[in-house]
Amino acid sequence: MRFTLKKDKSGVVVVGVEGQLIVGNRQDLKQKVLDALEDGSRKFVIDFSKTGYIDSSGLGVLVSLSKKIREQGGELRLAGLNADLQTLFELTKLDTLFAITRTAEEALAAF
Amino acid sequence: MQLDVPSDLGMVGDAVELVASHLPPGTLPPRRISFNLRTALAEALGNAIRYGTGEDPDRVVRVHVELGHDFVRIHVVDDGRGFDPSRLPDPTHPDNLEREYGRGLFVIRHLVDDVVFNEKGNGISLTLRAG
Repeated sequence: MRFTLKKDKSGVVVVGVEGQLIVGNRQDLKQKVLDALEDGSRKFVIDFSKTGYIDSSGLGVLVSLSKKIREQGGELRLAGLNADLQTLFELTKLDTLFAITRTAEEALAAF
Repeated sequence: MQLDVPSDLGMVGDAVELVASHLPPGTLPPRRISFNLRTALAEALGNAIRYGTGEDPDRVVRVHVELGHDFVRIHVVDDGRGFDPSRLPDPTHPDNLEREYGRGLFVIRHLVDDVVFNEKGNGISLTLRAG
Protein backbone atom coordinates (compact mmCIF):
# COMPACT_ATOMS: atom_id res chain seq x y z
CA MET A 1 0.00 0.00 0.00
CA ARG A 2 1.29 3.40 -0.91
CA PHE A 3 0.09 6.97 -1.20
CA THR A 4 1.43 9.30 -3.86
CA LEU A 5 0.91 13.06 -3.99
CA LYS A 6 1.37 15.09 -7.16
CA LYS A 7 0.48 18.69 -7.81
CA ASP A 8 -0.74 19.47 -11.32
CA LYS A 9 0.08 22.72 -13.12
CA SER A 10 -3.09 24.42 -11.87
CA GLY A 11 -2.23 23.60 -8.26
CA VAL A 12 -4.60 20.68 -7.70
CA VAL A 13 -3.12 17.98 -5.50
CA VAL A 14 -3.78 14.48 -6.86
CA VAL A 15 -3.44 11.75 -4.26
CA GLY A 16 -3.05 8.18 -5.50
CA VAL A 17 -4.06 5.30 -3.24
CA GLU A 18 -2.34 2.06 -4.20
CA GLY A 19 -3.53 -1.11 -2.48
CA GLN A 20 -6.00 -0.41 0.27
CA LEU A 21 -7.21 2.41 2.48
CA ILE A 22 -7.98 0.84 5.83
CA VAL A 23 -7.71 1.25 9.58
CA GLY A 24 -3.97 0.52 9.53
CA ASN A 25 -2.90 3.22 7.08
CA ARG A 26 -5.64 5.83 7.08
CA GLN A 27 -3.70 8.17 9.36
CA ASP A 28 -0.82 8.28 6.85
CA LEU A 29 -3.17 9.48 4.15
CA LYS A 30 -4.82 11.96 6.49
CA GLN A 31 -1.50 13.46 7.55
CA LYS A 32 -0.24 13.76 3.97
CA VAL A 33 -3.37 15.62 2.87
CA LEU A 34 -3.44 17.82 5.99
CA ASP A 35 0.22 18.74 5.40
CA ALA A 36 -0.62 19.82 1.85
CA LEU A 37 -3.61 21.78 3.18
CA GLU A 38 -1.35 23.45 5.73
CA ASP A 39 1.05 24.34 2.91
CA GLY A 40 -1.71 26.22 1.12
CA SER A 41 -3.21 23.67 -1.27
CA ARG A 42 -7.00 23.88 -1.45
CA LYS A 43 -8.06 21.61 -4.30
CA PHE A 44 -7.63 17.86 -3.94
CA VAL A 45 -8.42 14.77 -5.99
CA ILE A 46 -8.07 11.34 -4.47
CA ASP A 47 -7.57 8.78 -7.23
CA PHE A 48 -8.72 5.25 -6.34
CA SER A 49 -8.00 3.66 -9.73
CA LYS A 50 -5.29 1.49 -8.15
CA THR A 51 -7.20 0.75 -4.94
CA GLY A 52 -8.37 -2.74 -4.04
CA TYR A 53 -10.57 -2.06 -1.05
CA ILE A 54 -11.54 0.60 1.50
CA ASP A 55 -12.89 -0.14 4.96
CA SER A 56 -15.13 2.08 7.08
CA SER A 57 -12.13 3.73 8.74
CA GLY A 58 -10.90 4.71 5.29
CA LEU A 59 -14.35 6.09 4.46
CA GLY A 60 -14.34 7.97 7.77
CA VAL A 61 -11.03 9.61 7.00
CA LEU A 62 -12.36 10.80 3.65
CA VAL A 63 -15.38 12.33 5.41
CA SER A 64 -13.08 14.02 7.94
CA LEU A 65 -10.70 15.34 5.28
CA SER A 66 -13.56 16.64 3.16
CA LYS A 67 -14.86 18.65 6.13
CA LYS A 68 -11.45 20.08 6.98
CA ILE A 69 -10.77 21.04 3.36
CA ARG A 70 -14.20 22.69 3.03
CA GLU A 71 -13.59 24.63 6.25
CA GLN A 72 -10.50 26.10 4.58
CA GLY A 73 -12.50 27.06 1.48
CA GLY A 74 -11.25 24.13 -0.56
CA GLU A 75 -12.72 21.08 -2.22
CA LEU A 76 -12.04 17.35 -2.26
CA ARG A 77 -13.07 15.23 -5.23
CA LEU A 78 -12.89 11.46 -5.58
CA ALA A 79 -12.12 9.58 -8.78
CA GLY A 80 -11.41 6.17 -10.24
CA LEU A 81 -13.74 4.04 -8.09
CA ASN A 82 -14.22 0.53 -9.44
CA ALA A 83 -17.70 -1.02 -9.43
CA ASP A 84 -17.32 -2.52 -5.94
CA LEU A 85 -16.04 0.71 -4.42
CA GLN A 86 -18.78 2.70 -6.15
CA THR A 87 -21.33 0.34 -4.59
CA LEU A 88 -19.70 0.85 -1.18
CA PHE A 89 -20.12 4.62 -1.50
CA GLU A 90 -23.71 4.20 -2.65
CA LEU A 91 -24.80 1.87 0.15
CA THR A 92 -23.26 4.15 2.78
CA LYS A 93 -24.82 7.13 0.95
CA LEU A 94 -21.41 8.79 0.87
CA ASP A 95 -21.89 9.21 -2.87
CA THR A 96 -24.21 12.07 -1.86
CA LEU A 97 -21.44 13.74 0.15
CA PHE A 98 -18.63 13.69 -2.43
CA ALA A 99 -18.17 14.83 -5.99
CA ILE A 100 -17.17 11.58 -7.69
CA THR A 101 -15.86 11.33 -11.24
CA ARG A 102 -14.87 8.36 -13.38
CA THR A 103 -11.25 9.45 -13.78
CA ALA A 104 -8.81 11.82 -12.11
CA GLU A 105 -8.60 13.74 -15.38
CA GLU A 106 -12.34 14.39 -15.27
CA ALA A 107 -12.06 15.56 -11.68
CA LEU A 108 -9.24 17.96 -12.62
CA ALA A 109 -11.21 19.31 -15.55
CA ALA A 110 -14.21 19.96 -13.28
CA PHE A 111 -12.31 22.33 -10.96
CA MET B 1 -6.71 -22.04 9.37
CA GLN B 2 -6.20 -20.26 12.64
CA LEU B 3 -4.12 -17.24 13.54
CA ASP B 4 -3.58 -14.88 16.42
CA VAL B 5 -3.39 -11.30 15.23
CA PRO B 6 -1.46 -8.88 17.45
CA SER B 7 -3.56 -6.06 18.81
CA ASP B 8 -2.03 -3.55 16.44
CA LEU B 9 -4.09 -1.76 13.80
CA GLY B 10 -1.03 -1.75 11.55
CA MET B 11 -1.28 -5.55 11.32
CA VAL B 12 -4.81 -5.61 9.90
CA GLY B 13 -3.78 -5.37 6.24
CA ASP B 14 -1.20 -8.15 6.53
CA ALA B 15 -3.61 -10.43 8.41
CA VAL B 16 -6.29 -9.89 5.76
CA GLU B 17 -3.83 -10.73 2.98
CA LEU B 18 -2.66 -13.83 4.83
CA VAL B 19 -6.20 -15.18 5.10
CA ALA B 20 -7.22 -14.21 1.57
CA SER B 21 -4.12 -15.66 -0.04
CA HIS B 22 -4.46 -19.00 1.76
CA LEU B 23 -8.00 -19.78 0.62
CA PRO B 24 -7.99 -22.76 -1.75
CA PRO B 25 -8.66 -21.68 -5.37
CA GLY B 26 -12.33 -21.90 -6.29
CA THR B 27 -13.64 -21.61 -2.73
CA LEU B 28 -15.24 -18.28 -3.60
CA PRO B 29 -15.35 -16.25 -6.83
CA PRO B 30 -12.18 -14.11 -7.06
CA ARG B 31 -14.15 -10.86 -6.80
CA ARG B 32 -15.81 -12.01 -3.57
CA ILE B 33 -12.36 -12.63 -2.14
CA SER B 34 -10.68 -9.52 -3.49
CA PHE B 35 -13.36 -7.13 -2.24
CA ASN B 36 -16.09 -8.56 0.01
CA LEU B 37 -13.93 -10.87 2.12
CA ARG B 38 -11.00 -8.48 2.44
CA THR B 39 -13.16 -5.49 3.35
CA ALA B 40 -15.37 -7.39 5.82
CA LEU B 41 -12.39 -9.04 7.53
CA ALA B 42 -10.54 -5.72 7.79
CA GLU B 43 -13.66 -4.25 9.43
CA ALA B 44 -14.00 -7.11 11.90
CA LEU B 45 -10.32 -7.06 12.82
CA GLY B 46 -10.23 -3.28 13.11
CA ASN B 47 -13.24 -3.31 15.43
CA ALA B 48 -11.84 -6.14 17.55
CA ILE B 49 -8.45 -4.47 17.94
CA ARG B 50 -9.75 -0.97 18.56
CA TYR B 51 -12.75 -1.69 20.77
CA GLY B 52 -12.15 -5.25 22.00
CA THR B 53 -8.48 -5.35 22.93
CA GLY B 54 -7.97 -1.59 23.09
CA GLU B 55 -4.82 -1.77 20.93
CA ASP B 56 -3.07 -3.39 23.89
CA PRO B 57 0.15 -4.93 22.48
CA ASP B 58 0.01 -7.77 25.01
CA ARG B 59 -3.33 -9.01 23.69
CA VAL B 60 -4.32 -10.78 20.48
CA VAL B 61 -7.39 -11.23 18.33
CA ARG B 62 -8.17 -14.81 17.33
CA VAL B 63 -9.13 -15.60 13.74
CA HIS B 64 -10.43 -19.01 12.73
CA VAL B 65 -11.29 -19.74 9.12
CA GLU B 66 -13.75 -22.55 8.43
CA LEU B 67 -13.92 -23.85 4.88
CA GLY B 68 -17.00 -25.56 3.50
CA HIS B 69 -17.83 -26.96 0.10
CA ASP B 70 -19.34 -23.69 -1.05
CA PHE B 71 -18.71 -21.24 1.77
CA VAL B 72 -16.06 -19.60 3.90
CA ARG B 73 -16.84 -18.72 7.49
CA ILE B 74 -14.46 -16.49 9.41
CA HIS B 75 -14.67 -16.22 13.18
CA VAL B 76 -13.03 -13.18 14.77
CA VAL B 77 -12.92 -13.19 18.58
CA ASP B 78 -11.31 -10.78 21.00
CA ASP B 79 -11.01 -11.00 24.80
CA GLY B 80 -12.87 -7.77 25.43
CA ARG B 81 -16.18 -7.13 27.17
CA GLY B 82 -18.22 -7.33 24.00
CA PHE B 83 -20.92 -4.97 22.79
CA ASP B 84 -24.56 -4.96 21.81
CA PRO B 85 -24.71 -4.82 18.00
CA SER B 86 -28.40 -3.89 18.04
CA ARG B 87 -27.67 -0.51 19.63
CA LEU B 88 -25.74 1.04 16.77
CA PRO B 89 -27.17 4.09 14.98
CA ASP B 90 -27.90 4.04 11.25
CA PRO B 91 -24.83 5.60 9.58
CA THR B 92 -26.86 6.52 6.50
CA HIS B 93 -29.24 8.76 8.47
CA PRO B 94 -28.67 12.39 7.37
CA ASP B 95 -27.65 13.32 10.95
CA ASN B 96 -24.91 10.68 10.91
CA LEU B 97 -23.64 10.98 7.35
CA GLU B 98 -20.74 13.31 8.19
CA ARG B 99 -19.58 11.30 11.20
CA GLU B 100 -16.13 9.79 10.90
CA TYR B 101 -17.01 6.56 12.70
CA GLY B 102 -19.90 4.13 12.94
CA ARG B 103 -20.07 2.46 9.51
CA GLY B 104 -18.15 -0.75 10.21
CA LEU B 105 -20.93 -3.17 11.07
CA PHE B 106 -23.23 -1.62 8.48
CA VAL B 107 -20.59 -2.29 5.81
CA ILE B 108 -19.99 -5.86 7.02
CA ARG B 109 -23.70 -6.68 6.88
CA HIS B 110 -23.84 -5.59 3.24
CA LEU B 111 -20.73 -7.45 2.12
CA VAL B 112 -21.23 -10.92 3.56
CA ASP B 113 -24.11 -13.40 3.39
CA ASP B 114 -24.48 -13.99 7.11
CA VAL B 115 -23.30 -12.25 10.29
CA VAL B 116 -23.60 -13.87 13.70
CA PHE B 117 -22.38 -12.54 17.05
CA ASN B 118 -21.64 -14.71 20.03
CA GLU B 119 -23.66 -14.18 23.17
CA LYS B 120 -21.07 -12.01 24.90
CA GLY B 121 -20.71 -9.77 21.85
CA ASN B 122 -16.94 -10.18 21.60
CA GLY B 123 -17.00 -12.56 18.66
CA ILE B 124 -18.33 -12.25 15.14
CA SER B 125 -18.74 -14.90 12.46
CA LEU B 126 -18.80 -13.84 8.84
CA THR B 127 -20.10 -16.25 6.21
CA LEU B 128 -19.50 -15.77 2.50
CA ARG B 129 -21.09 -18.23 0.10
CA ALA B 130 -19.93 -19.08 -3.39
CA GLY B 131 -23.34 -18.84 -5.02
